[in-house]
Amino acid sequence: MFCVSERPYLKPEGETVGEVNVLVPRLLQSLVGGKAELRLEVGEGAGVGELLDVIGSQFPVFGRRLREETGELRRYVNIYLDGEDVRRMSGLQTQATAGQELMVVQSIAGG
Amino acid sequence: MTHGEDSTGNYLLAVGTKKGLWLGTSRDRANYTFTGPHFLMHEIPSIGIDTRGGRTRILAGLRSEHWGPTVARSDDLGDTWQEPENGAITFPEDTGASLERVWQIQPDTAERAGVVWAGCEPISVWKSTDGGEHFELNRGLWDHPHRTEWGAGYGGAAAHTVLPSPSDPNTVHVAISAGGVYRSSDAGQSWEARNQGISAYFMPNPLPEFGQCVHKVARDPNNPNIMYAQNHHGVYRTDDNADTWLSIAEGLPADFGFTMLTHPRRSGTAWVIPVKADGERIPPDARLAVHRTDDAGQSWRALTDGLVQPEYNVVLRDAATVDSAEPAGLFFGTRGGTVYASADEGEHFTEVLSNLPDVLCVRAAVLEA
Repeated sequence: MFCVSERPYLKPEGETVGEVNVLVPRLLQSLVGGKAELRLEVGEGAGVGELLDVIGSQFPVFGRRLREETGELRRYVNIYLDGEDVRRMSGLQTQATAGQELMVVQSIAGG
Repeated sequence: MTHGEDSTGNYLLAVGTKKGLWLGTSRDRANYTFTGPHFLMHEIPSIGIDTRGGRTRILAGLRSEHWGPTVARSDDLGDTWQEPENGAITFPEDTGASLERVWQIQPDTAERAGVVWAGCEPISVWKSTDGGEHFELNRGLWDHPHRTEWGAGYGGAAAHTVLPSPSDPNTVHVAISAGGVYRSSDAGQSWEARNQGISAYFMPNPLPEFGQCVHKVARDPNNPNIMYAQNHHGVYRTDDNADTWLSIAEGLPADFGFTMLTHPRRSGTAWVIPVKADGERIPPDARLAVHRTDDAGQSWRALTDGLVQPEYNVVLRDAATVDSAEPAGLFFGTRGGTVYASADEGEHFTEVLSNLPDVLCVRAAVLEA
């Protein structure tokens, strides 16, 4: 079970219309205050990259774990929006809408 | 994790591996008390131990296959670790680059308090003036016109060795795989290739201006113009601040290898750990041996006492180090996860760790009592 955080996270621009839940992998939960799930208020047409910007502004180390300095997702970090890999959609430009679930998952790598 | 008798003491040994960091303390450099693994599942390709200013700071270059690279620091021998929120080493936006791996963390001299250098992949050199908490990209090397022609060694393309001159704050040498040796004489504003005499047998012109795959360079402790280099085939010495390099490979069982160490105080003493060949990366005859010269490379002597044979693993470029004690300690780890310590400059070795993941980096220091 995921514990639900308070809702300190707000999409920075525009009117908010609802929340997106962000599921944090266990290995990174210490970087977001021990939370397994974050809630972000989003507006119409919020891109996944924008949501990561918001999270990264509050939890910079967590943000750096997911993305390189260029803003690209790290090679072995996957993000699923309602079960769909955003790389198979529009990448970080993929739009998230209220009620959706954003899952951060490390892919299979290493030996 | 404890090996040997309780030996908490004033000798510190740090072992970075493919899957974590081990830290040991000892009274005699033979029996250690280790903690670890710190940062399990992170590779630790670089460690800097900074004992300047009355405190011991451990800087560790970490890299997770998933979560990327970062630099963490500890001022309490690994009990706690800190990491700058925005990272100690991050590429400026205009470069369009991202940090892949921190290959070396090198504290400067005692007189240059707070200055720490880092060599990284992609090929870059960084300087910190606050004890390694934040580093600034050296633009002179980043914008160097040779950059587009630098290649990558098997382990990646990196500046893996940074050698600030102890006598001249404006002079710094770096070694790049594969680019060779570069020298700055203006505090890092500009850099010149300095590889005359170093072979790049794998290139059409075997003696190019640059492009050599120099694996490690170490500086003489008393004369900063003298340096020693272990090349991708070839062992060299320079007596003129890297303007020219002379082969000193005669007497070694092989001229391939990754390590090069110099004595902390005595000129003319250096150590290498030969590997049979580029195409046969095992110790010659599967016999692990450290070779020491005490006459600046005119002759070499094999040191094997205490080393377990046969050995089919090599010692990587930063997986060997010396400390500043008298006599100097010599420490190294293999890709098979064995770590050896010598309290007498290599005359005798003690196996102090076994069955670790691949050892990538070893550093040692003498702590204040």
